[in-house]
Amino acid sequence: MMSFLSYLVNGISLGSVYAIIALGYTMVYGIAKMLNFAHGDVIMVGAYISFCATQYWGLSPLLSVVVAMLVCTCLGIVIERFAYKPLRQATSLAVLITAIGMSYLLQNAALLIFGANPKVFTSVVSIPSLSLFGGQLLISGEALVTIICNVVIMVGLTLFTAHTKTGKAMRVVSEDRGAAELMGINVNATISLTFAIGSALAAIAGVLMCSTYPTLMPTTGSMPGIKAFTAAVFGGIGSIPGALLGGLLLGVIEIFGRAYISTELGDALVFAVLIIVLLVRPTGLLGKPVREKV
Amino acid sequence: MKKIVALLLALAMALSMAAAFAETYKIGGTTPLTGAAAVYGVAVYNGASIAAAEITAAGEDTIEYTGLDDQHDAEIAINAYNTLLDAKIQMMLGSTTTAPSLAVSAQAFEDRIFMLTPSASSTQVTEGKDNVFQVCFTDPNQGLASAEYIAANGLPTKVAIIYNNADAYSTGIYQTFEAKAKELGFDIVSVTTFTNDTTDFSTQVADAKNNGAELVFLPIYYQPASTILKQAHDAEYAPVFFGVDGMDGILTMEGFDASLAEGVLLLTPFSADAEDERTQKFVATYKELYNEIPNQFAADAYDGMYALYQAAKVAGITSDTPFDEACDKLIAVFTSSDFVVEGITGTMTWDANGQVSKTPKAVVIQNGVYVGFENAQ
Repeated sequence: MMSFLSYLVNGISLGSVYAIIALGYTMVYGIAKMLNFAHGDVIMVGAYISFCATQYWGLSPLLSVVVAMLVCTCLGIVIERFAYKPLRQATSLAVLITAIGMSYLLQNAALLIFGANPKVFTSVVSIPSLSLFGGQLLISGEALVTIICNVVIMVGLTLFTAHTKTGKAMRVVSEDRGAAELMGINVNATISLTFAIGSALAAIAGVLMCSTYPTLMPTTGSMPGIKAFTAAVFGGIGSIPGALLGGLLLGVIEIFGRAYISTELGDALVFAVLIIVLLVRPTGLLGKPVREKV
Repeated sequence: MKKIVALLLALAMALSMAAAFAETYKIGGTTPLTGAAAVYGVAVYNGASIAAAEITAAGEDTIEYTGLDDQHDAEIAINAYNTLLDAKIQMMLGSTTTAPSLAVSAQAFEDRIFMLTPSASSTQVTEGKDNVFQVCFTDPNQGLASAEYIAANGLPTKVAIIYNNADAYSTGIYQTFEAKAKELGFDIVSVTTFTNDTTDFSTQVADAKNNGAELVFLPIYYQPASTILKQAHDAEYAPVFFGVDGMDGILTMEGFDASLAEGVLLLTPFSADAEDERTQKFVATYKELYNEIPNQFAADAYDGMYALYQAAKVAGITSDTPFDEACDKLIAVFTSSDFVVEGITGTMTWDANGQVSKTPKAVVIQNGVYVGFENAQ
């Protein structure tokens, strides 16, 4: 029973990381209608910036997160401005290929700058781990912070899109870009803002992920990025609560799969889930079915 | 005019005569200087360079060593190998890691160029190829030796194993370890696996912990090992961790908290705190040049370079011997029973399979440095 609980906690902690990353995919997809495959690599950049800030520039861990968020926000805006904006009217395939290219560009730039030797990320979390049931169930400080951050971000974003003017503008752009433009909403600025928020979240996700799983390499972001994308599709791409649900479920499925079925099948199960969801509910758990207009 | 030609001819003859006395050997190899396995590749490159410089400095012969980057990738390794052939190398010291070595050794067998790998430990590298030899232990030997070491030194025998089942190196060691461990009556309570993309090891660690393993055997490379150590620490699980040569390098990872590796044992033929003169000289030179304590890979490469040089002298290879002729001569020397190399990783002899025989030692990590297991207690 205790081992079940500890697997569950591990699953929720892993799932929270996926959920924060999935938010970036889902927001950009919802608003710009494109899959930003470079998102996973922005996570890696965020982790590297935080690593440099603490190791080389002597900043405190908390400050390093702020620096990483700022750098990633700028990076997100720059990527959007130079790689995606010129393609706003192009086919979705062209945009997709550009995103994949951007992903490789970021990975190889990191390879050039930071080298290929893995770095060990020092955890930014200094809270001691929580011991429950007389030490039988341990929840690490990193897991606690990840789960709390996840909840805070979800609530914050939901309030932001529901109640602020900019948030409402985002929802309008996501529903009908043409109509939004006619209503006087600055579509380009809204999309830029989406990228900025998504990338800042990516920085947080990168720092939290590397605090728990400390090996940092130029390819660190790619696999979690793909899994988070799976989570976004699972929960219903374009839906913020969907990203949360998808991320958490995926993390728990992965850990339980490894624990109770086979350690070798963890990844296979994750992607099997993606296939099943796409077959049964192509719009995902919380996605809105879109009626094709003929 | 005729005089000048004659003079030139005489000069050329004199030069070639001189060359007959002081040979220049061109030795090359591919090694991952960048990429995930760069810690090994750079160590091999540095170790080989030190040996080449020492031999050259001794004044008798010159060694020109070329180490090209293969990024631990088979395809890139083959390209680098072709570049080496174009540069007219006579024999190979490489490749460093198993996957590139498998690709390069197949090609080297076709082309008939002698290949001595400092560190690729899979038996597949040498299997069926009479011209490929190893300086390091083979994977089966590492598995066997680890199990024997644990039994002989009274370490806990309630064992968990975590290995990478996407990696030939890791799987190879695991299989022989498990077979030997069963034979020796160990209680294997947990066997879990991961793949190259795995970032989370909490399940594997929890499985070992919940099954009460007192020793965790990690036949894996150091990057996943560093995460496993961290996650075991987070789970307040502190068994004896026992690694193999892939664990070597964990202390040189940037940002790694060495206290996590305190007490980790690993099997290696080389420990930098050995007290013999040659080891100490090598360690001192290495520290001076590269500001690091050399690991086992550097030592294997250093020994490999000396082994090649010693064999080349015995075989009577000269600067002009083409690689295919050198290959046959070197095979004859390496497989002859009286060819013994005294290295810093032990006294080495080779069998016709290309496998080395030498005695392993265990080192334990104490206060962030390797200490010989026998010196540690």
